[in-house]
Amino acid sequence: MQVVSVVLYLILAPFVGALLDGFDRIISARMQGRKGPPLLQPFYDLAKLFSKQMLAVNSVQMLLNLSYLVFLAVAGAMLFAGADILMSLFILSTADMFLVMAASSDSSPFSTLGAGREMIQIMAYEPMTLLLAVGFYLATGSFQVIDIIRMPYSTVLTMPGFLIGFFFVMAIKLRKSPFDLSTSHHAHQELVKGLTTEMAGPTFAIMNIAEYYEMTLMLGIVALFFINENWWSWPIAIIACLFVFFLEILWDNVCARVKWRTLLDSCWVVTLLSGGLNGLILMLIR
Amino acid sequence: MGVIPVLILWPALIALLIPFLKQSKVRGIAVYVGAGGVMILALTLLISWLSGGQTVNLYQQTELIDHLMLAGELVLMVLIVYLSIKHRKYPVILLSVGQTGLLLWSETVQPVESPYHMTVDCLAMLMCIIVAFVGGLICIYAVGYMKGYHKHHTEYQDRSGFFFSMLFLFLAAMFGLVLSANLVWMYFFWEVTSVISFLLIGYTRTEEAVNNSFRALWMNLLGGLGFAIGIAVAAGTLGSVQLVDVVAAGAVIPVAMLAFAGLTKSAQLPFSSWLLGAMVAPTPSSALLHSATMVKAGVYLLIRLSPALCNTMTGMTVAFIGGFTFIAASMMAIAQNDGKKVLAFSTISNLGLIVACAGIGVEETIWAAILLMIFHSVSKSMLFQAVGSIENTMGSRDIESMHGLLLRLPRLTYIMGIGIAGMYLAPFGMLISKWVALKAFVDADNYLLVIFLAYGSATTMLYWTKWLSKLVSLHHTKEPVHDVTLPDQYLSMYVHSAATLLLCLLFPLVSTYVVDPMIVQLFGSAHEVLSMSVLTTMAIMLVSVIFVPSLMFLLTRATHRDYVPIYMGGINEGDNTYFTNSFGEPEHLYLSNWYLRFEFGMRRLMRPSVIISSGVLIVMLCVIVGGAV
Repeated sequence: MQVVSVVLYLILAPFVGALLDGFDRIISARMQGRKGPPLLQPFYDLAKLFSKQMLAVNSVQMLLNLSYLVFLAVAGAMLFAGADILMSLFILSTADMFLVMAASSDSSPFSTLGAGREMIQIMAYEPMTLLLAVGFYLATGSFQVIDIIRMPYSTVLTMPGFLIGFFFVMAIKLRKSPFDLSTSHHAHQELVKGLTTEMAGPTFAIMNIAEYYEMTLMLGIVALFFINENWWSWPIAIIACLFVFFLEILWDNVCARVKWRTLLDSCWVVTLLSGGLNGLILMLIR
Repeated sequence: MGVIPVLILWPALIALLIPFLKQSKVRGIAVYVGAGGVMILALTLLISWLSGGQTVNLYQQTELIDHLMLAGELVLMVLIVYLSIKHRKYPVILLSVGQTGLLLWSETVQPVESPYHMTVDCLAMLMCIIVAFVGGLICIYAVGYMKGYHKHHTEYQDRSGFFFSMLFLFLAAMFGLVLSANLVWMYFFWEVTSVISFLLIGYTRTEEAVNNSFRALWMNLLGGLGFAIGIAVAAGTLGSVQLVDVVAAGAVIPVAMLAFAGLTKSAQLPFSSWLLGAMVAPTPSSALLHSATMVKAGVYLLIRLSPALCNTMTGMTVAFIGGFTFIAASMMAIAQNDGKKVLAFSTISNLGLIVACAGIGVEETIWAAILLMIFHSVSKSMLFQAVGSIENTMGSRDIESMHGLLLRLPRLTYIMGIGIAGMYLAPFGMLISKWVALKAFVDADNYLLVIFLAYGSATTMLYWTKWLSKLVSLHHTKEPVHDVTLPDQYLSMYVHSAATLLLCLLFPLVSTYVVDPMIVQLFGSAHEVLSMSVLTTMAIMLVSVIFVPSLMFLLTRATHRDYVPIYMGGINEGDNTYFTNSFGEPEHLYLSNWYLRFEFGMRRLMRPSVIISSGVLIVMLCVIVGGAV
């Protein structure tokens, strides 16, 4: 069962991510009064990127990007295998490290600046992810995903604060405005293309696939809030994931990019107020 | 067990011998022999202990040695008084005379018979091995380092003989300290380490060095005063000065006073500034003070005390101070661009985590504390040595000047990379221990520590990642760099990096065969902290961390690619180093790291942190002592 789930994740996650990205582009375009690209545009983009000439600024960028991809896949596979959620989140930040190193290995002004901002972003979201794991442990008595999804009721009932906090920092991971400092999906980026400035062709395609794995992993964590031992919790979880994703798109389109200081302050304060308080309550009633 | 006196006396003997060897070559050989001897003796002790029982108590009748130690304490006191008068630091005299007088009074007015004076158990043995091997390798490293140091710093008088002598004396004192079961004995060695660290920090005799060394001295003497009060109260109320009896009785005042001494020695807030000041000394002494010896003496004592700290007010205070130090020091590390300063803050921060674990004092946290201690000793010693070598080679230890070091000093960069990865990346040992600590803090219902750990991990990640990314920038510069690191320095660093990797790979074995027995001895029982399946998963992941990038390297090496210049805004002059500016002239590209000085600078955070921590410490000590009297 676990093997099937992991294999399905490894195969399907990029497709799910790319499809969601396609929807994201259409919805965003409609919000901005445009028609938007076709649904399968992300697939066309990937195909195009892979067909391009292999241009590189150094010899290590490709291998660091590939490592980023593999570690993200490992982090996601751990979640979908029902393993330890805290370990999965630790691997997630290790994966991010490789992206930062890939960007700074170029020694190029724009990607180095992007890498610096990416580090600030990691620092901003990491307390939330660690507290989130603690929250699941307090609510269910286990760090194991397999135990969390076998609860008689959905964990969102006891940890709504964590969901709010996680929604807040998820904007960083999905590279959504107002927190898309290191690199942005939008054209108006003051850092050229931030940490992906020096990535071209297949290297950039690999980075995109890795982001799709990450997107699926994030939504998997959202689903974890809703899934319980009853079968009907699964469709509810999927609907909840889609709704959360829609909210992120909405937030992306109504907000302007903030400075790093605002990012750090707001993420840390929201983490403390939502996750921190919710966790405290869980600990007191335990 | 007859090897114990030899183990302590051998480095002391080498220390006595070295100042008389004027030729640097002969001195170098003496250091090699001395360090090798220390390692062999420690191994001999390990083997004889393994073949014998689990816990061995030694030396019932020691009247002569007791008198010698008393004389030694008086000599130390006279030395401190003399130096304080010479440098006009009079308040230090009060601390020194006060504690020595208190101890003399206690020993004459309330003499206590001691059943035994030394104990060899798992924890003591582990400390011996760490001190012997990490400390011994640092001595070997120092031989090459000091040559380069004095070539580089001609302004300081060459007192290498004195320096080596102090390093070896330090090792001797550490062996004595970790093996002592009697508090009076332990106190003697404790004082010796305080005084030697003071002498080592003042090595260069500049004004800054003298000031910093006196700061280290008074802070450690304050801890020593706490130690002496603890002994006097224990002798008066319990009628015993055995550490085991104090812990078993859970005597509130002695435990609180000893814990206070442990906090000063392990440089916890508000006493962190002595360790930061210690950076003026040559790097081997920083490596020794920070990794294997001085600060570890503090956490060693706290781990010994931990069963008596569990669920007490003292334990809560210690845990708070530790957790607070962990987050405050890791924040301040972000704003530092001096390599050694970052390492110093990281040491304080990691020790904070160990102290917090000891303060909670349950099996899981002690398990994590011991593992953190092992990993920290090896990684930190290696990092200090690498930074020291880089400084000797490039004339700077500024992280900014390490831009693109991978191309200039590849061997040293790999060593640094292993050290940094070992300090914080998943799934290396430090991180696993942190994970266990997090779980144990939740189980102990200490939510404040959970918050500290969550935020502290994030800040820890930032200062290591930005350093690592500075190292891996593939930036070509025209300045040639000639690596002046000597083979003995590399030998030490290679052994350290191999040890780091092996410790991570053999993590499950270390946990089962080294740490679990210690938990049994401290708590009487041990259940599995991490199940074997979890440990195996982690071993697999570790392998993946090492092998995924290597595999990717092999896969991508063969692919053909066309190299293009980077985008620089202005026109790239073709070498990725210069671009054409708006005047049409070539401009050198300079890339700097983020330091967030206004947000996380020492100037902004140090004073509030010291005020908060000393406030908590003073109030809690008053409450604890007042409640017990």
